[in-house]
Amino acid sequence: MTAAAAFFYLFAAITVASGFMVIASRNPVSSVLFLILAFVNAAGLFVLMGAEFLAMILVVVYVGAVAVLFLFVVMMLDVDFAELRQGFQEYLPVGGLIGAVFLVELLLVVGSWAIDPGLVQAPLATAPSGEQMTNTRALGLVLYTNYFFFFQVAGLILLVAMIGAIVLTLRDRPGVKRQDIAVQNARTQDMAVELRKVPNRQGVEV
Amino acid sequence: MIGLSHYLTVAAILFTLGVLGIFINRKNVIVILMCVELILLAVNINLVAFSTHLGDIVGQVFALFVLTVAAAEAAIGLAILVVFFRNRGSIAVEDVSMMKG
Repeated sequence: MTAAAAFFYLFAAITVASGFMVIASRNPVSSVLFLILAFVNAAGLFVLMGAEFLAMILVVVYVGAVAVLFLFVVMMLDVDFAELRQGFQEYLPVGGLIGAVFLVELLLVVGSWAIDPGLVQAPLATAPSGEQMTNTRALGLVLYTNYFFFFQVAGLILLVAMIGAIVLTLRDRPGVKRQDIAVQNARTQDMAVELRKVPNRQGVEV
Repeated sequence: MIGLSHYLTVAAILFTLGVLGIFINRKNVIVILMCVELILLAVNINLVAFSTHLGDIVGQVFALFVLTVAAAEAAIGLAILVVFFRNRGSIAVEDVSMMKG
């Protein structure tokens, strides 16, 4: 067994095992941590396949942003997660049956497919080998030319998602004092200081 | 030798785990969202496997777009979850019934 095959089985086994733990673990925090493990090992699979750029993006975007977002939300919400697991045993037979049927069907498809040889001979954009240029450069050459409008639409989707998430979670709480710099700068001496004449031995009403 | 079918098998198992997770964690929205992420990861493994084995880099471009949509979906889903928890004090799927006609 070559080193590549050994690493494939290592990454694949850990990915599948942590994917299983994501759905089976009791605590959602450990679910998120297993999700991170699954993503990192899937990135390892991508490196083995030769898609280095996507592997790094997977680590940066998924592990660095999405999984940490999940972690924040899981830890922020004060939920009784044990209560949410009620009915786990109840759903297990039906879910397991559906999953088993689904897996068998998928594996039958994977085991018996064949690619039309004509397809292989006419790629849309040939991936150059590692000696010619890096994976990132090859991806950029296609992404910024043929798929430029798709790329811009992807940016728009992210913008809409960002604005939507902010609008959804921003709330205007009454009674919270905030700094208003315009008001602060517009203050004059008359608004801030009041001069009183203090009569002798009588004090002043405040 | 590791071929295309090996990667497709891994992706199929991951996809099935995601679907199974949606079925058996029917009450917990957070775990359901994580299962959707697992499913999208399986799709990405498929896209990249076909891309590299057929020598066509367009598959990786599409995997990039799937990644974008997955990130946007997670952000919006979690934002909705936070707002829902703030209003109802619960994230159980059964309690999401405010919009029933």
